Amino acid sequence: MGRSFDVTSLPGVTFVAGLAFLALYAPIVTLVAYSFNDANAISVWGGFSFRWYEAAWANREVQSATARSLVIASAASVIATSVATMAALGTTRRAAFRGQTFIYVAINQPLMVPEIVTAVALLIVFASVKVATGYAGLGYLILAHSAFCIPFAYLPIRARLEGMDLSLETAAADLYANPWQTFRHVTLPLLAPGIVAGAMLAFVISLDDVVITEFVKSAGQDTLPTYMLGQMRRAITPEVNAISTALLGLTVALLTVFFLLTRKRG
Amino acid sequence: MTAPTAVEARNVVKAFGQGEVAVRALDDVSVGIRRGEFFTLLGPSGCGKTTLLRLIAGFEAPTSGTILLDGRDITADPPNRRPINTVFQSYALFPHLTVAENVGFGLRMQGKPRAEIGNVTARMLALVRLEALAGRRVAQLSGGQQQRVALARALAPQPRVLLLDEPLSALDLKLRKEMQIELKRLQHETGITFVFVTHDQEEALTMSDRIGVMSAGRILQIGPPREIYTRPANRFVASFIGETNFLPARHAGGRVTLEAGGELAVEGGPEGQVTVAVRPEQVRLVPPDEPGALRATIRNLVYFGTDTHCHLALADGTEVVARLQSSASDDPGLEPGQPAGLRFAPGAVQLLGD
Repeated sequence: MGRSFDVTSLPGVTFVAGLAFLALYAPIVTLVAYSFNDANAISVWGGFSFRWYEAAWANREVQSATARSLVIASAASVIATSVATMAALGTTRRAAFRGQTFIYVAINQPLMVPEIVTAVALLIVFASVKVATGYAGLGYLILAHSAFCIPFAYLPIRARLEGMDLSLETAAADLYANPWQTFRHVTLPLLAPGIVAGAMLAFVISLDDVVITEFVKSAGQDTLPTYMLGQMRRAITPEVNAISTALLGLTVALLTVFFLLTRKRG
Repeated sequence: MTAPTAVEARNVVKAFGQGEVAVRALDDVSVGIRRGEFFTLLGPSGCGKTTLLRLIAGFEAPTSGTILLDGRDITADPPNRRPINTVFQSYALFPHLTVAENVGFGLRMQGKPRAEIGNVTARMLALVRLEALAGRRVAQLSGGQQQRVALARALAPQPRVLLLDEPLSALDLKLRKEMQIELKRLQHETGITFVFVTHDQEEALTMSDRIGVMSAGRILQIGPPREIYTRPANRFVASFIGETNFLPARHAGGRVTLEAGGELAVEGGPEGQVTVAVRPEQVRLVPPDEPGALRATIRNLVYFGTDTHCHLALADGTEVVARLQSSASDDPGLEPGQPAGLRFAPGAVQLLGD
């Protein structure tokens, strides 16, 4: 037997890999560095300072957009995760059925349909609902975010369920647990890391969304990303760098927890 | 006197798949397991023994037929309504619970008071000698310890019947021997009916009160180990349990004529074309010229320590194995190529009709 194939034996692998990482991280490093810039200009270094963080923190528009983003992301991730958990149970904890693959594809629709199409579709539907009911609150944004977050919550939960030993649930039934007790005392505790991971992924995806939010939001319903987009159209200030960096920090923190939860399985 | 029946399968059929591709995992199986006995279902993998166990536990429903517990039809009851517990082959311990919580799970689901759960759990852990590990997570235990937790967990609710699905197959030889003795002790101390599934004939012979030998979805013979071993009902049972020499022959009026030449005297048994079955340890080597002995030639000798397996060929080439017990000092002085005479111990010859 020869040695197994090792990509590092190909010429230039290290160089290409280095270039790829540079392309991925150089812009982010620049963004983070300039968020601590003391100058007013976005691309001239004027010394280290927290002034743009202070400015962003004191900005009422930023405050309200942040609060709105967090409310929407929290509500959407709770709704999406609940639906996704039920969907994952429904597609793994039962006998195989006709149309299983179709259901699987249907649940993951938001991953496949172009976001702009979903955005336009939601705009049209919600516009007629608005006319009919007169309601113009955050509910539309929460519903829209919940919908496109479902597959992101569904995938880690389903993966966890598929990795779980079915004989544990059989053993629970053998030990006098009725179906609800089996779910409550065996399935749910073992599924918990998957649910938390799904919820956090949904939260991050919601927090980051621009396209659908831009179409669905009513006047004065800016989220953090749409507020930033609005700012860029006018004057670009390093304040946007500071907000981006803060958002990046939050996302990295959540994804780290997500990684730790999904890694430690079984 | 025969103990009353604890659990019974009556004309049970289990088919998997539908129409033309349906496979009968169980084909009209009927068996009654007596109260308090250690009953073993023995058979090769795929013979249906685990399926029968799963039907008794209620994890699967029979295609037709009934399952009775203490005379009551429980075929339609879900597993959580049956006072029958299972020790799974994979143990299936709950990884998010401690050893004590695993053992107490059944009682907790039954809604027993906290104090009772605590008492029973402590008693069960003492029974399997794991008191010291009550607070541990199951992932921190060795295979043998997990096995004991699985046993304690299944025994804690004091089921009418305990089902054991090849529970020792994942253990190494030494631990397996220990657990065999441990299981017999537990069965004796609790008085619970044990239904044990295995493909290991030695395990079945040493542990069981009775054995049901299964093949291809049917039970071929039910009886105590000694009867199964000395009086196998057919060729499959004879070959699956222990080693057997099979010699084709004709039987007429008490005289059996071997196709390889030579005659034997037997009592009873089917007439006509038969198979003579004789265990290797019942074959004696005698001088080749002894009157009435079968003529054979030694092919080769395999030394096993406690005994030597002597492979011989009859006149027409049919192979016969004789197991010769090693004596303390003597080398029997046998060599391949030597002629030898064969005799079968009186009463050790079994005639099989098929």
